[in-house]
Amino acid sequence: MLLDHLWPKRRIPLAWLLLTRQPGRLLVALAGISFAGILMFLQLGFRDGLFDASVTLHKRFAADLVLVSPRTMSSIAMASFPRRRLVQVMADPDVAGTTPVHWNFLLWRNPQTRSTRSILAVGFEPGDPLFTDTGLVERTRVLSQRGRVLFDSLSRPEFGPIATWYQQGRTIETEVAGKRVRVAGLVELGPSFGADGNLLTSSETFLQLMPDLAPGSIELGLIRLNPGADPATVAARLRSHLPKDVAIYSKQGFVEFEKNYWRSSTAIGFIFTLGAGMGFVVGSVIVYQILHSDVSDHLPEYATLMAMGYPLPQLLGVVAREGLLLALLGYLPAWLAGQSLYAVIRNGTKLPVAMDNPRSLLVFGMILSMCLGSALMAMRKLGDADPAEIF
Amino acid sequence: MPIPPRSSDAAFPVSSDLPPQVSVPDSGNGIVSRHRNGALNPLEDSSAAGNGAKAPAPSPGQASLVVHDLQHWFGSGANTRQVLDRVSLTIHRGEVVLLTGPSGCGKTTFLTLVGALRQVMAGSVQLFGQELNGAGRRERQLLRRQIGMIFQGHNLLRCLSAEQNVQMGADLLPGLGYRARRDCAREWLRAVGLGDHLGKLPHDLSGGQKQRVAIARALAAQPQLLLADEPTAALDSRTGREVVELLRRLARDQGCSVLMVTHDPRILDVADRLVEMEDGRLSEASIPSRALSGSVG
Repeated sequence: MLLDHLWPKRRIPLAWLLLTRQPGRLLVALAGISFAGILMFLQLGFRDGLFDASVTLHKRFAADLVLVSPRTMSSIAMASFPRRRLVQVMADPDVAGTTPVHWNFLLWRNPQTRSTRSILAVGFEPGDPLFTDTGLVERTRVLSQRGRVLFDSLSRPEFGPIATWYQQGRTIETEVAGKRVRVAGLVELGPSFGADGNLLTSSETFLQLMPDLAPGSIELGLIRLNPGADPATVAARLRSHLPKDVAIYSKQGFVEFEKNYWRSSTAIGFIFTLGAGMGFVVGSVIVYQILHSDVSDHLPEYATLMAMGYPLPQLLGVVAREGLLLALLGYLPAWLAGQSLYAVIRNGTKLPVAMDNPRSLLVFGMILSMCLGSALMAMRKLGDADPAEIF
Repeated sequence: MPIPPRSSDAAFPVSSDLPPQVSVPDSGNGIVSRHRNGALNPLEDSSAAGNGAKAPAPSPGQASLVVHDLQHWFGSGANTRQVLDRVSLTIHRGEVVLLTGPSGCGKTTFLTLVGALRQVMAGSVQLFGQELNGAGRRERQLLRRQIGMIFQGHNLLRCLSAEQNVQMGADLLPGLGYRARRDCAREWLRAVGLGDHLGKLPHDLSGGQKQRVAIARALAAQPQLLLADEPTAALDSRTGREVVELLRRLARDQGCSVLMVTHDPRILDVADRLVEMEDGRLSEASIPSRALSGSVG
């Protein structure tokens, strides 16, 4: 009795029964929806993973503001700017410290196969904070010796079995840009979209590797602010003081700048968004097919209900609920399969692909609109149910 | 003389202006057996049923249905075909009227018009005092809630159990909680002798059982008028007889009028009144004697 009051509208779950009393058809429908969902998860995961991969280093920089050349379009084409701009920045009372950074792609010789491959070399003053990971700072001390590099152990295997050899205690000497270097340690950074591998070295070694480089020019300037300082205000102030040969970004802005390059200047975004769109279309077709034939099969029954005095909107609601149920039931396996596929992708490609909430919601939204849209289309068929025809 | 089921008397008030009672009496078991007996012994049952003697005295104020000069056409222009030609019929409350006639004479069209399933073109159809000519979609839909319909095929929802099918009828009643409606559905299934088949799907029921579920569903909505289109067409004679007897008894217990279209000569005697339709016109006919139908059934 209490339940009746709490839930006076309780009815026979017609939509649920219509679906579940035909388990074969329901399974086909759910398989189709899940497949579409998995397709969307995969494509969007790849897309976001590739974009995220382009900023693996960017995200780690110990910086509140970032100084780059206005000619810099992305991390694979960093232009240089005068290092003294960073000294000028120090004049601002809110600036706590700066790190000048050299950044370029150099040829690394695989010590095992002797083949060369482009690697991202980052040069900075050993002991300067470069990454937010403070433990890394201590490890960079070894770089103060000339000709020493830290190798990114997450680099792609094409650079040679550096990490394995290093852990075995072997001395690893190889060539970078035609100069002899020794691997003095390992760091874990991860390959990015533009760089298959990374190495860290001192500014001095970096200039040695690239003797043509003007010593007074850098590619990247990291600026750290005093606690409590507003990055946007400081950035605006610096922008008004500094000449136009530098551009200032917030750290997040720098990350977005890089991502935006890959998004707008490459076909990646288009390709994978199109792939996700295909999943959406395929799923819609499947759900529409299922719902349409479901309505057609039950047309006399819907007509009977109308003859009994059930209003049409209530019956349309049944179809809508069927769509909703399909969306919920189909999303769950898609999400679970997405999780495990992401793990497979992470292992196989070292891309930072993970199930995050915005994407989970996006895919759910797409599945939901797919199912409700199809339900809406199937409802038109319900208009054919003429109660006068059933006698 | 069949004893009206006490349970349904209590749970389903005869008069629709009484508030529907939520509680369902617990005397179900005894009633089930009585009904099953009644249903299993159609001859014994029918012998006591009488041929119209029990019908309430018709009075003009109690007419469920008044049809006056109803006309209907199909097609347009040169292809126009008149199916109903100035049909008039009055059915009083609690009256059981059988409509016969050759196929294609307009019986079914008449039923759909009277059942508010089709727009009235010309003439007048008054259901419970409400004029159907000119009534909109929504008005007709609401009126249909007071009409029980039983079809040639059972038209049960295949995905619902017998109990749930009947509850789809009970669900149309306003102000009843889920449990009350479910109990109501169970009570009706017991009343039609299917108390043991509550959870069965239509697929697992025999033709007669399905038609009985359809009767329970129609009556569960507490209609004032029951329309039946050849309810026995798909049944063998014995089962058909049982179903019609049951239909008449339960309808009469509720004070519900019945208009039944039938071809079946064996069930004509359950009628209070017999009307014949031919070429779109109605005429009163005499009810055949009980002995005749008894020998066939």
